[in-house]
Formats: sequence, structure tokens, C-alpha cells
Amino acid sequence: MNASASPPAAAKPRVAVHKFSSCDGCQLAFLNLGEDLLTLADRVDLVHFAEAGPLDPDTEVDVAFIEGSVYTPEDMERIQRIRRHSRLLIAIGACAVSGGIQALRNSADGGDWVAQIYAHPEAIDSLEHSTPIAQHVKVDFELWGCPVNGPQMLAVVNSLLLGVTPSDNADKVCTECKRRSLTCVMVSRGVACMGPVTRAACGALCPSLGRDCYGCYGPAAQANTDALAARFTHLGLDPRAIVQRFRSINSQAPVFLAAADKLRKHND
Amino acid sequence: MTESLRSVSIHVPVLARVEGEGALDLRIDNGEIAELRLRIFEPPRFFEKFLEGHLYSEIPDMVARICGICPVAYQATAAQALEKLFGVELDPWARDMRRVFYCGEWIQSHSLHIHLLAAPDFFGCSNAIELARIAPEEVRRGLRIQALGNELMDLFGARSVHPVGVRIGGFHAAPALSRIKEMRDKLRAALPEAEALVRWAARIPVPQDDQGFVSVAMRHPDGYAIEQGRIGVSDGARIEAEAFDDHFAEHHEPFSTALFCTYHKRPYLVGPLARLNLNHAQLPEAIKALLAETGLELPSRNLFHSLAARAVEILLALHEALRLLENYRPPDSPWVPVTPRAGVAIGCTEAPRGLLWHRYEMDDDGRVVSARIVPPTSQNQGRIEEDLRLSLLNFGLDQPDDALRLHCEKVIRNYDPCISCATHFLRMRVART
Repeated sequence: MNASASPPAAAKPRVAVHKFSSCDGCQLAFLNLGEDLLTLADRVDLVHFAEAGPLDPDTEVDVAFIEGSVYTPEDMERIQRIRRHSRLLIAIGACAVSGGIQALRNSADGGDWVAQIYAHPEAIDSLEHSTPIAQHVKVDFELWGCPVNGPQMLAVVNSLLLGVTPSDNADKVCTECKRRSLTCVMVSRGVACMGPVTRAACGALCPSLGRDCYGCYGPAAQANTDALAARFTHLGLDPRAIVQRFRSINSQAPVFLAAADKLRKHND
Repeated sequence: MTESLRSVSIHVPVLARVEGEGALDLRIDNGEIAELRLRIFEPPRFFEKFLEGHLYSEIPDMVARICGICPVAYQATAAQALEKLFGVELDPWARDMRRVFYCGEWIQSHSLHIHLLAAPDFFGCSNAIELARIAPEEVRRGLRIQALGNELMDLFGARSVHPVGVRIGGFHAAPALSRIKEMRDKLRAALPEAEALVRWAARIPVPQDDQGFVSVAMRHPDGYAIEQGRIGVSDGARIEAEAFDDHFAEHHEPFSTALFCTYHKRPYLVGPLARLNLNHAQLPEAIKALLAETGLELPSRNLFHSLAARAVEILLALHEALRLLENYRPPDSPWVPVTPRAGVAIGCTEAPRGLLWHRYEMDDDGRVVSARIVPPTSQNQGRIEEDLRLSLLNFGLDQPDDALRLHCEKVIRNYDPCISCATHFLRMRVART
């Protein structure tokens, strides 16, 4: 972030970062900014960010960033409270926008997972399903990714500081491979890559290492999952493995959920 | 006691600067601790259950998501376990680079903890941004070191949070020599910064808090154990990862979502201070000399030395990364082929916060039948309670509630509880009767 003269304190936007069920990895997009973190702290008023220190969860803010999914009765109540106190609410990362990897439980076949892990299941206050923030409150902007990265976050913050609507790239990872002149791993080596249906913004990291994209940024706009599943079959993946390609980090994103369900029905 | 009938309770809704959510209940009756319970209630995410049925090749990408701050630990431990089961001999290049990759995570995680989470307490600041006003150079230096740790992880994983480079059998790709040369220059330039950090960390005045406890850390004959070794205990025991269950037991307390782990029914310490206590003789001579200069004596029985221990391990990790990258040559292939096999895969490594143990039962097709993961925070949980009890007595129970709360928070932060794998806020309630 280029530091220009700091705005006067009164004009600084008040910003909160809240954590729900997650790995903490998306808020690291702030904490890993290096010295830019101090510039950020100069340009906005970070009023609540538990992991970094400031605590004031119920104060009025201009922007609330939400990491994590709703996974407990307390979460359901807390997100309502945050919404009431926030002018803009921005969901960041796979957990907040699709329920995250822990939402794999939503499609699990029965079985009491709590009782299988804990000796006192009655003490575990967890909901049956892990759900995205937008299922509970109005979300003003969603940023996909597991995790979201620093440039994505700074682009959002800078847009808001300039008073413009943040933009969003719903294009496919394939477009980023082309821009980086990377050889297609699927065409050249038959690797079962999720890039053709996955949202861009990571910078095609996996193909840059010669491996498959595994869909951590969620579904792209106009993703043709049927065609990709057919291609995976030609590449020799068994039906179960193809279902699991869609059932990973963003299993409850509607497009991936529908693709996995369709394949599963077909397999039965 | 004149105030024996007074009942006081304090609610602190969120404990700042820990990565997670927890609560502490403290009841003081007639000047004695009647009840002290650390409750952890991060909603469980059931990783062990949803790994079931997934292919071995997916495991590194999935387990990374347990913790955004130490994903490499989870990836490296899973890979080590599965490679052992599948009878894979890593190329020497891949073996060395796994250690370098892991060093990046130690540097990043430790520097984040020292500067953003722990140090503000000792300067009367409530966060790093305040600390940066009174110690701008030190905080900036810390953020630069953290950024360098991230860069080192990037080099092998393309990003530092949930990196994508590890595969069972090695890495997906090898960095080009030109990038390694640049990294060596940066590591060399960071050495004096890390030395200054060690001096600064060792000079921060901390409470004198002498406690007896058991330290548990991995040990390796060839060097300071990070990504491989056997489990060592300060009572002299040496334990193979496979024999973990013969010595350590997990149990569930109804007030917590983390499982408590004990060593022969006793609490124990894992993490930087436990590692230094057991392995300080293996530090490079230059670091030993620096330690002698600072006066930090090892083994230490004061958990408040944890912050300095992290600084020492940052310097160690920089030395190790430089040493292993010195004669870098890209390999013929960054990975060796793998053939899955049914059986039980067990692995353990030293995550930034301490011993991390994984066990996977695999079928013939290389799919997970069952999984068990014992993270460092559940191992430290019993020790944190024991420490709070001893430390509060030492501090003085007649101190005002706010001072007691701050002291408890400092004690808990010494362990850097990584709360995504175990917990998330501290609500503290003090009741005095």
C-alpha cells in the first residue's frame, strides 16, 4: 500500500475484523502485510481485531470483515449483532462465503461425529451444518479464496478508501494460466485440474508448480462442471474420485454441490 | 479476612492476541484458589472425520486447513507419516528442502507471536500498533523477519498460508537456482537483525517464576529436531512416534472442546522452551555464544522465557535455512513415485507451538479409513492450568482483579495457544468469597 498523507482521525474509516469458525488464515492477509500493516493501521481505524489486539466487538463500524463460517448457536446470534453495527459487511474466504472445508460435514452420511470424538458430547455446542455468512445476514461483498491473499484484501480496502465499489474477478483460473504463459497441465500431462471451473485471483499458483488446481477459490462464473467431469473420466479418474474433486474446500458452493450431487446420483 | 463475604466477578468477553476462543473461571475462597478451569470452546471442525474416504494425495491440502498459521507443520507431518507407511525414500534434496520449508514457518509464526501477540504485554501496550509507537524499529524489524519467513514458505509452496507445494514423495516443483541465490542474500542480511532480536527479547524484564515441569520435544542425533526425530522427555525417556499411545493419553473434559493430553497422567510442556530445554546443546556455536552473552540459562524453569526462546529459534531457523541452501542444486526430479499400501501411518514433527502427532489408517487404494491428530495446544492445555495455579500464587492472590486477569493472559500467551486447532476467546470470571 502506498502511504499518502494520513487522513485526519475523524475521517478515518472504522474497521472491524471478526472471526467465526475458521483456521485464522484469512485474517493473516492483514497480519502478514509486513511493514504495510503499520501503514494500514495509519489509514484506517482498526477498532476490533481480536487477534491483533483491539477489542470492541459491538461498536459501530464502517466496514466489518468476517472470516469463518457460522457453526454454533452463539455464532448465529453474534453475526446478527455485527450486522446491526456495521455499515458494510464483507465476507472473506471460503469459510465465510461457502461454509469452508468444515462444511464437508453437511453432506456426510449420518453418524454422530461428536460422539465419535468426544467423551462428553453434551458439552459440545455445535450446529449440524457449517453455513456461509450470507445465509444469515445481508452481505455487501464476498471475497473468495482459501485463503484470500494480501493483494485481494488491499484492493478491497483501497477501493473503499477511494469510495468506489470493490471489483471482483469471477473468471476462471485458466485465464490466469494464459496470462502467465503457463503450459496447461491438463492438456500437456493429463493432470485432473479444476482450473477450468475455478475462480481466478490466486494467480494460478498450482499450475505454476506443474500440479492440479484443486478449487480453493470456489466456482467461477459460467463453470461447465459437466464437461470437466467428463474430461476427468477420460483421464481415468474413478467416479468416487471425481465427486471428491468437487467436494473439497468449497463443497457447499452451489455450483460444486450440484455437480457432486449429480455425479453421485449418476454413480448410484 | 474482612472481605471474606465479598464476591467479585469480572467478565472479559474476548482475550486479545491469542488465536482462538477460551474462558478462564477462577474462584478464590478465603485467599486460596478453590477452582481454576481453562475452558476452550472453539467450535470443533471434525477434520479427523471428514478426512475419511479421501485419497492420500489430497491429505496435505486438506490438513493444511487446520491452521492458517502453521499449515506446513500439518502438511509435513502427514507427508512424513504416509511416506513411512508407503516405504518411500525421499531424495536428499527433498529431505533438506522440507526442513528449509519448515524453517520458513518457524520464522513467520514465531515473529508474528513475539511482536504482534506477546511483546505488547511487557511494555504496557494493549497491541502491536501501540507498541510500534514506543518501539518502532523493533516492531518494524519483527514484521520484516515475519515477511522473510513468509517468503521462504512461498519459495516452495507458492504462498505462505495453505501452501501448495508439498506432495507425498517430495515437492511438486523445485525453485530455480536464481531464486535461491536471492533468498540466500536475504537470509544473510537477516542474521544481524535476528541477533539483535535475540538480544532485545532477552532483555525484556519478565517475572521470576520458577516451576517444575516435564518438557517434551523431538530429538535427533544430527541436529536440532524440527521435521524428524524421536520424542524426547526431560525425564530421560526416548519414545518412538509409534509408541505415543503407550506414554501419552488424551481425555475429554466436559467444559472444553479440546482434548487434554497427559504424559503418564501428568501435564507436560511442548513448544519452543521445551525444545530449547532438551536440545540447546545442538545450537550452532555462534548462537550459544550469543546466549551466553545474554545470560539466558538453559534449561529454564520459567515459562516467561518462552518469548526469548522463540527469538532464539528464529535465529536457528535462519542459520539452518542458509546452511541447507548453501550448495543448492535443483534435483533431477523434485519427487519420487509413490505406491500406496494399506496399514497405519504415524508421523510427528515440531510445529512452531510444539509436538504434532498424526495417525492415519489407510486402505489398499490409498484412502483414509480413520485419522487422529494430536495438536500442540491440547498437549499444553493441562500445563497451562497448572502454570496458572502456580503462577497466580507466586504473583499474589490479593492483587486487584484487573492485575490478576492481565497476569493470567500473559501466562496463557507464553504458550502461544494456536487456537484454531483447539480454542478461541478468553472469558475470565473471578469470584472471591
